[in-house]
Amino acid sequence: MIDEQHIVKVSMADLNVIRGQGLIRTTGLGSCVGVTLFDPMLKVAGLAHVMLPSSEIAREGALNIAKYADTAVPELVRKLLALGAMQSRLVAKMAGGSQMFTFAGTGDSMRIGPRNVESCKTMLLQLGIPLLAEDTGGNYGRTIELDCETGILFIRSVQMGIKEL
Amino acid sequence: MDLFKDFEEFKMDVLKEVGNIGAGNAATALSRLLDKPIDMAVPKVQMLPFEAIAERVGGAEKIVLAVFFRVEGDTPGNLFFILSPEAAKKLLHRLAGIEVDSEDSFSEMEWSALSEIGNILAGSYISSLADFTSLSMTPTVPALALDMAGAILSYGLLQFGEMGDSAMLIDTTFIEGKHEVEGQFFLIPDPESFAKIFSALGVPMNYD
Repeated sequence: MIDEQHIVKVSMADLNVIRGQGLIRTTGLGSCVGVTLFDPMLKVAGLAHVMLPSSEIAREGALNIAKYADTAVPELVRKLLALGAMQSRLVAKMAGGSQMFTFAGTGDSMRIGPRNVESCKTMLLQLGIPLLAEDTGGNYGRTIELDCETGILFIRSVQMGIKEL
Repeated sequence: MDLFKDFEEFKMDVLKEVGNIGAGNAATALSRLLDKPIDMAVPKVQMLPFEAIAERVGGAEKIVLAVFFRVEGDTPGNLFFILSPEAAKKLLHRLAGIEVDSEDSFSEMEWSALSEIGNILAGSYISSLADFTSLSMTPTVPALALDMAGAILSYGLLQFGEMGDSAMLIDTTFIEGKHEVEGQFFLIPDPESFAKIFSALGVPMNYD
């Protein structure tokens, strides 16, 4: 994690891609999931900061497809393919989906983290993209960054320090 | 987010008053606990993009201590009481005479004391709002977290997430006399709750 590098920042309910050298990062993942896709041949990578599992619950006029797992993952693939990536070469890694707070008798919204993770996995399976590694669940926040050169995913959390996937 | 597109200045003022009453009562409760005067800033009420909400406490990666309550009843919503870890330690020392043994972590006793303080403050915040509006509002048991602000606050944005990429935040800061203990209340009512709050306060809502 070297400073002064080319860094693409992805905010909550957003997605982006990066080509060549540099890092793509997103900060403060709680129940949200950071899904990363990487084409190791072409060295292009993408990251989506997914907030909700399914766009079926959306009540917004103009749908933000980066926000929902079922729309963000296909869109991320589309963007990478547009850069020349091949779907058969894409590999995935993801982190987040924690349960920050636990209550007795918790409603569905409290289980949003695990549901986000499940939904991302379903999408990856449908698209035939292997999930190489994940650091999901728990009850803590994460900041992640993917190195576009190596495909290594760095995960930083308050409790666990820095982890590499 | 058509519902909030044409929120007039005056509706924002009503929400500021909601923040004023809630946080005002909580500040009074804290002031009694500490036996010290507590000042309160004018509430900030704004429709903010998700990213900007964490900026209010120093950014998505800033480590904060948060007590989170889900508010249930007529007007459901999310309430956060947010302190810096340093301010939380000072508060514990003032209130319970708990000596600080570590700056970075909290013992079980400190944790439960903070939870109780949070409970008292949130209780006065919510019950004063319930009285003021004659609506039923009950906070759930407090849940504590010491973590990245972005990870914590995103929990309060899920209900708004289904409707758009910004949320209506009622943000009130309180400051103890010499700025030693500073904290923030974030109230984020669920999108559906605004119509009920306004109607309970006699503010007409026409959004068709």
